[in-house]
Amino acid sequence: MALFQIAEPGESAAPHEHKLAVGIDLGTTNSLVATVRSGLAVCLNDDQGRPLLPSVVRYHADGSYEAGYDAQKQQALDPKNTIVSVKRFMGRGLKDIAHLESMPYDFIEAPGMVKLKTITGIKSPVEVSADILKNLKLRAEAALGGELVGAVITVPAYFDDAQRQATKDAARLAGLNVLRLLNEPTAAAIAYGLDNAAEGVYAVYDLGGGTFDISILKLTKGVFEVLATGGDSALGGDDFDHRIFCWVIEQARLQPLSPEDARLLMMRCREAKEFLTLNPEAPITARLNSGELVDVKLDVASFAEITQTLISKTLQPVKKALRDAGLRVDDVKGVVMVGGATRMPQVQKAVGDFFRQEPLTNLDPDKVVALGAATQANLLAGNKTGKDDWLLLDVIPLSLGLETMGGLVEKVIPRNSTIPTARAQEFTTYKDGQTAMAIQVVQGEREMVADCRSLARFELRGIPPMVAGAPRIRVTFQVDADGLLSVTAREQTSGTEASITVKPSYGLSDDEIAEMLKASMTHAKDDAMTRALREAQVEAERMIEATEAALAEDPHLLSAAETEKIKATIAKLRETVAGDNRRLINIAMDDLGYETQEFAHRRMDQSIKRALAGRSVDELQALTPHGEEK
Amino acid sequence: MDLTADFFSLFELPKSFRLNLSELDSRYRDVQAQVHPDRFAHGSELERRLSMQWATRANEAYQTLKKPLERAKYLLELAGHDLQAESNTAMPADFLIEQMEWREAVAEARTGGDHHELEHLHQRLAGDLRGRYDELGELLDECHDYPLATDRVRRLMFLEKLLHEIDDALASLDD
Ligand SMILES: Nc1ncnc2c1ncn2[C@@H]1O[C@H](COP(=O)(O)OP(=O)(O)O)[C@@H](O)[C@H]1O
Ligand SMILES: [Mg+2]
Repeated sequence: MALFQIAEPGESAAPHEHKLAVGIDLGTTNSLVATVRSGLAVCLNDDQGRPLLPSVVRYHADGSYEAGYDAQKQQALDPKNTIVSVKRFMGRGLKDIAHLESMPYDFIEAPGMVKLKTITGIKSPVEVSADILKNLKLRAEAALGGELVGAVITVPAYFDDAQRQATKDAARLAGLNVLRLLNEPTAAAIAYGLDNAAEGVYAVYDLGGGTFDISILKLTKGVFEVLATGGDSALGGDDFDHRIFCWVIEQARLQPLSPEDARLLMMRCREAKEFLTLNPEAPITARLNSGELVDVKLDVASFAEITQTLISKTLQPVKKALRDAGLRVDDVKGVVMVGGATRMPQVQKAVGDFFRQEPLTNLDPDKVVALGAATQANLLAGNKTGKDDWLLLDVIPLSLGLETMGGLVEKVIPRNSTIPTARAQEFTTYKDGQTAMAIQVVQGEREMVADCRSLARFELRGIPPMVAGAPRIRVTFQVDADGLLSVTAREQTSGTEASITVKPSYGLSDDEIAEMLKASMTHAKDDAMTRALREAQVEAERMIEATEAALAEDPHLLSAAETEKIKATIAKLRETVAGDNRRLINIAMDDLGYETQEFAHRRMDQSIKRALAGRSVDELQALTPHGEEK
Repeated sequence: MDLTADFFSLFELPKSFRLNLSELDSRYRDVQAQVHPDRFAHGSELERRLSMQWATRANEAYQTLKKPLERAKYLLELAGHDLQAESNTAMPADFLIEQMEWREAVAEARTGGDHHELEHLHQRLAGDLRGRYDELGELLDECHDYPLATDRVRRLMFLEKLLHEIDDALASLDD
């Protein structure tokens, strides 16, 4: 069969084969990749047995780069070209970035998102993140011995649309099929909940290097329901380092530092912070380029004092999330701690005091997110074994709205709505004969447009000229299961519909991704065309496999003629997959998509009916081949 | 069954205001377990799109039926009573005066930072709402008196908003 001829060694397209899927925790500080092996979620280590990959990328003059520990070691030598904590720049403009002055990079303002000037050339944070992801992808493929069918990538729950879109773009750029963007605290809850058969309301407090998330979840048999989420996408362990940094500069009365010295001192401050977790006092010494010697000591009490405001800053979103969930502190059965920065004793104490219970720290705060993501990836890839099945209901962290008169925001979808979700709103013109209308989409909780993040601005044209107030323009917001938004606008009174769909403006178009892929390929053996062909083949195989499985499962939903038609279309697609013409494969896939459309509807219908009625399969077989009335 | 079926039919529940909420919960979960995009992450593009539409619909239905005010509004809509069109008529003066008194009390407690008083106002209003919803249930499920139910729903819209403001005031004292 053609299907098997093109399968790589170690990989098979046979239906019930275990599919290679991974979960990736793309962290500010550290990233990890994990998978489910023999029913157990495990992190995949590098060739030296280390699970973490520091999220650091160094670019060289010859266009090559290194990611991870090697890059991290060099950061003080080559700070401009060694990018750390790039996650802080994802989907962010220059004005959004805190502590710019203590960063050594050459930033370039670009529409929607900053870029960084490196010796290799100008890099967007998306490309830097893609380089981290590529490294993990290679690690996983080497460890698993085959191509990945897909990956679940985690994002902070509090990431907005721009940050999520940037993350998804980075994954695509790294050649990963994104099965889902999963919120980090939710991933942690999956890992914890499944391991402990937990039931009840849990809070997940996730303080990483650069982001803070709080999620309140309700765990009931097989359902993980996020009730509310909150956080601060620019608050984390890095800020504790920065507090120490400022304290040292003050103590040692230092003059403004060079980028190299600043980076060196910042590393020392981080070491001191981590040292203080188990020790009462930490020495901070550094020989600066200027020849000056920094030599100070920081004790636990002073450390707690200079970082106290940071900790209370995390408790505000905690209170808000509880309120949004309609719960009180006493309703929370357990508090799961996630993220390296929750190792700090003063954080654990503050959280314990707030929730009036010892937080749960028995999980490895570094790994739990990746392990949860791997577990979810395994489920999404279709590797479930029947009994281990669960449903995840997550929410959108920030409200979505539109600009109305006077720069005010009209909320369309409130924060903490369960996704996927959609909402339509009607607008009209305010001038006679008006044929165009500007639509500005924002995200955030504030009342003024200026205080929210602008996601997209687009113009709806071709409104038929009518008196003011007569046109009815329906703007629909759709948020998908990744938490990503698309907006459609349509004029409804006229027969001629003006309709457009926008992805918020900072997102990369497919063409841009293809362009970037091609550009990056000049430094790799792979070639973009082969890669695209291979991707189409894999996609087609997936489609054939899914269709055949559906045919086997639900033959009763189709008439004999319909079944024949679908089988013939599958055969045609199979022929094209054996060839090397990507266009033909895509056409044949579209054909199969078209032929199976009705079938898919009937299947969906059937499953809902089954779920509600709990009827047996036998009874359903008695349905007519043409399904039910629509 | 299709995407345009009404929310009650979607969950195969009777079209009534008095609803067994735990039954609603479990049916919502049953439906999501079948249609959620996580079930189709490795499916065809069409399946993924369909699943997003169904899951979106199920969420909308659940959110609407879960909250009594939304559920009542929805029942009126199904019965052909457009709240929007009828909301131009002014509310009776005594109701409006009562509203103003409530609002003054909330504002005073808020500026005075009186947590206790706000809690008290919340309790009182919540109790008042319960009684009104009982009445609404009778109007909708037994009397089928939609015009009167519409009037009651409009009042409840004011009161729910007020309750929200009290909660906001409580929250602002918490921070
Ligand atoms: N023992 C420790 N004590 C205090 N902070 C720590 C410790 N270990 C790690 N951290 C801090 O945790 C942060 C990284 O946490 P991590 O969960 O890996 O972040 P991210 O998810 O953002 O990559 C860093 O700020 C690091 O300094
Ligand atoms: Mg993390």
